[in-house]
Amino acid sequence: MTAQRPSRLRYLTNGIIKENPVLILMIGLCPVLATSTSARDALGMSAAASFVLIFSNVVVSLVRKFVQPSIRIPIFIIIISTFVTIIDYVLQAYQPALYRMLGVFVPLIVVNCIILGRAEAFAYGHGVFDSFLDGLGNALGFTLALVILGSLREFFAVGTIFGKTLTPAWYRSAPMLFTIFPPGAFFIIGILKALAVRLKLGK
Amino acid sequence: MNLSKIFIGAFLVNNILLMRFIGLCSFFGVSTSMDTSVGMSAAVVFVTMLATWVCWMLWHALLLPFGLGFLRTAVFILVIAGLVQFVEMFLKKYVRGLYSAMGIYLPLITTNCAILAVTFLNVDYGFNLLQATVYALGVGAGYSLAIILFAAVRERLEDSPISPSFRGYPIAFVGASLISLAFLGFANLFGVSI
Repeated sequence: MTAQRPSRLRYLTNGIIKENPVLILMIGLCPVLATSTSARDALGMSAAASFVLIFSNVVVSLVRKFVQPSIRIPIFIIIISTFVTIIDYVLQAYQPALYRMLGVFVPLIVVNCIILGRAEAFAYGHGVFDSFLDGLGNALGFTLALVILGSLREFFAVGTIFGKTLTPAWYRSAPMLFTIFPPGAFFIIGILKALAVRLKLGK
Repeated sequence: MNLSKIFIGAFLVNNILLMRFIGLCSFFGVSTSMDTSVGMSAAVVFVTMLATWVCWMLWHALLLPFGLGFLRTAVFILVIAGLVQFVEMFLKKYVRGLYSAMGIYLPLITTNCAILAVTFLNVDYGFNLLQATVYALGVGAGYSLAIILFAAVRERLEDSPISPSFRGYPIAFVGASLISLAFLGFANLFGVSI
């Protein structure tokens, strides 16, 4: 058991920094750029995607012994779309404001490369608990990247983070509004990626 | 909504890649050269049209009348995956010219969110079949325009002296940001809002 412990912990931590799906591997970018206009929306999107990622990883791992390799991708897609439908309806019922904000990006979680990628690359060949850890780690890494991006965009464009005022009044009277628009999202993720390369986060 | 407004909205004002951030994986993945960008664009235009027709008919003939709206996500993605597979086999057997031009891009299309997004948005906006067709055409044209422009920028970036940390993805994002800034100028063109 003692020999296994460090390797199991690695499944959890891998996805957070070293193989961060967004900042290092650069996959699943659509929702990251589209829903990061504020820290709050970023957190909402992360929660929805994390739910799908963790549960689909666990279920894929549970059924992996019964799934023929030739039909595994359609099976993964059915499993993932089941959880996407659940979160779609839950958000619609209990968080209507967030649901309107995220719009088409909630059903689009089904084609998020991170989720299908983890099912294919990890959950199909590992046990249930390891798959859970892997899903959780990648979900945390996704959340981290999305919330950093959302906070920066909100900070520069409005002068707040999570709605909390952090800048003097003179800044808020003429802020860098451009970061809340699509060009700002591309620009800031470019700077963040350059920073990740400079700090050798993926090494 | 009239048809020309739908087209301008999908093509320029709400450009699927640069304004709505849908289909970005392929945007950065295949825009490294002009040839791959053109091939991918052709495949996207083709499959978007087919997927739009099939999903629109399924939604209005099957899912809506029988109250199966909750199956939308699962049905649409499986239909697109099956459709792409079928188109690939059909082209390989009967239309060799077209297959050699865009065959290798077809499998990539299954997970291209642009296609799936168009089928969802057609339902969300309540388009009729003609409006949906025009919308799909606009999205395909907008996708092609953005990816071909971006491929031209990236070919120039290859030979430019760029600081090591920015080489590759980071400078590509900054370039995309500048193109996106230009597209922001199309806002409210002919009264079509973002």
